[in-house]
Amino acid sequence: MKVSLFLTCLADVVYPASVGKSTVEILERFGCEVDFPKKQTCCGQPAFNSGYHRETKDVAKHMINVFKDAEYVVSPSGSCTTMLHEYPHLFEDDPEWKQKAEELKNKSFELTQFLVDVLNVKDVNAKLNAKATYHTSCHMTRLLGVTEAPMTLLKNVEGLQFTELPHKEQCCGFGGTFSVKMVPISEQMVNEKVQHIEDTDSEVLIGADLGCLMNIGGRINRQGKPIKVMHIAEVLNSR
Amino acid sequence: MAIKTGDENFFTRVDKGINNEFMRKAVATAQGRIDGRRRDSISSLGDWEEWRNHAEEIRQHTLENLDFYLEQLAENVEKRGGKIFFAETAEEANEYIKNVVSSKNAKKIIKSKSMVTEEISMNQALESIGCDVVESDLGEWILQLDDHDPPSHIVVPALHKNREQIRETFEDKRGYKKTSNPEEMALFAREQLRKDFLEAEVGITGCNFAVAESGSISLVTNEGNARMATTIPKTQITVMGMERIVPTWEELDVLVSMLARSAVGQKLTSYVTGLTGPKDEGDVDGPEEFHLVVVDNGRSKILGTQFQSALQCIRCAACINVCPVYRHIGGHSYGSIYPGPIGAVLNPLLGDYDEWKELPYASTLCSACTDVCPVKIPLHNLLIEHRRMMVEQEGKAPFAEKLAMKGYAFAASSPSIYNMGTKTAPSVMGPYSNNGFITNGPGPVKLWTDIRDLPELSKGKDKFRTWFENRDKGGN
Repeated sequence: MKVSLFLTCLADVVYPASVGKSTVEILERFGCEVDFPKKQTCCGQPAFNSGYHRETKDVAKHMINVFKDAEYVVSPSGSCTTMLHEYPHLFEDDPEWKQKAEELKNKSFELTQFLVDVLNVKDVNAKLNAKATYHTSCHMTRLLGVTEAPMTLLKNVEGLQFTELPHKEQCCGFGGTFSVKMVPISEQMVNEKVQHIEDTDSEVLIGADLGCLMNIGGRINRQGKPIKVMHIAEVLNSR
Repeated sequence: MAIKTGDENFFTRVDKGINNEFMRKAVATAQGRIDGRRRDSISSLGDWEEWRNHAEEIRQHTLENLDFYLEQLAENVEKRGGKIFFAETAEEANEYIKNVVSSKNAKKIIKSKSMVTEEISMNQALESIGCDVVESDLGEWILQLDDHDPPSHIVVPALHKNREQIRETFEDKRGYKKTSNPEEMALFAREQLRKDFLEAEVGITGCNFAVAESGSISLVTNEGNARMATTIPKTQITVMGMERIVPTWEELDVLVSMLARSAVGQKLTSYVTGLTGPKDEGDVDGPEEFHLVVVDNGRSKILGTQFQSALQCIRCAACINVCPVYRHIGGHSYGSIYPGPIGAVLNPLLGDYDEWKELPYASTLCSACTDVCPVKIPLHNLLIEHRRMMVEQEGKAPFAEKLAMKGYAFAASSPSIYNMGTKTAPSVMGPYSNNGFITNGPGPVKLWTDIRDLPELSKGKDKFRTWFENRDKGGN
């Protein structure tokens, strides 16, 4: 099975190789042939959520072209995958591009969703000795509708002592540009999230979206708390 | 009260909200309690998603045929001996209401809870002609006594006050001498209000839904005050937003079942009242005269636009009860009688973007609101749509943001620029790094690092692209 990796700009620009590398290695372990179209950039969400839809269309067209020959597009992000799924709405008045956007939407999956729903994998044979909890990101659960897949996979990670995060449905306060436009509100939201994480007595916070993890992790770091932040791909690739 | 509750700057209000510890505790507790009950109560209905689809259909159908149903309503109200008045503006509504009240020489008015009368500042209009207008919903009465403190929630208006604050208000304004025990205070309020009920010459109510087929209005309350306000006074005036209508009693049944669950987590409120016109011959109670005032006040300009679904709202406040932003800043921070996600959508529509420019951005777009809405208003999408309108139609976006977004889109649709940017960014940010993190960044990064650290941008051999490329060449 051929899979094209959509790395996302955060995993590309901000974070070191680990998240992308783990994603590639897990997929390969389950028989996928992974390629990385080098011309990929960002899903366009910063512009879309800020109301710059003309600009978003340019980005979307570029991404549609980048992945036009892909069989499957898999991404280590629920939010960015949701954005790819949003593309058809951008081209309501443009049947040709709408069609292309639909094609991309139909073959795009978030990593855990792809593993569980497409590859039918429930156990990735990972091992991680740690007390951990999991942050369910809003776009991935509510908009993309992926709730069970990450839990199914995490449940089978050997050595992982898992505690469910209280108030897990609550947003962490990232919200893209919200995090810099509404700093005082974002601060309160992320403080409460960090508090809930602390309440689980976990050593590791796991998440499937680097946006949320950058926000929560950045706050944890600022407060000097001994909690490590890991992307779910990194956890699933731990052995 | 009008829609706007004050002139303070948005961030000043937010700051006050965040620093109001009591309010925040009250809101967090109330959100947990009400939303918990909501979840329990919807489970008894079976497939909630099916109910939501049905409710959405009802509301969409009604809005698409609003002229027809309003006409039908008017006919039936008149057939039953009532009078109906269509007010295009708040002023027109208030003029009509003042005229009715003046024609009765009425001085004492008893009111049940109504957001639309808040919206049009009806109380002030009536007070200006010398009337004493008394709120009979307990929460609204507390706020009225407390020098017209604005409501902070559309269903639980005094949510921001604790028992002790309420006791103090009762003591200061009405000489209450007992404790802050809720039962004692409720009994006191009841005694005080009973006198007003008996004296009132005119009763004014809101309207949860008007029923077009019979010319009726419906009211849901837990205190029974709406029944008192519609049985004792000789004249009844009901004020409704023009979209608050259902075709028949069958749709009313569906929407009331969902409203009670979504608003307070009850299968039904204690009182569900249906009223049709003035009292008939032989009826023992009810008003001698019935007036229905249908208020437009900016609603019809929303019809037919991409924001039409906002008019599907049945004012249950479920979106407010799950909103993480409301949770931390409270209702007063929105500066409107309509707070929370629905407020952030509605206020710029009823008013304008100059007045309400911050509200569409006061959301992380987490979409908890959209998920919980019983009539499926895509609230978070409407917030994005407001942002788009401000950027694309109104040219109201800050210049720096426009420049940044244009630059971003240019880079993100051109791989060579994107790659050049991602290669140079780490060295630009380099001087700000400290142990792998940026703690005090430049420009817009500063806003991020005001409260949290940013990972140092990956570079060279650490980057995924480098790893993947080396791998292609046989490395690892």
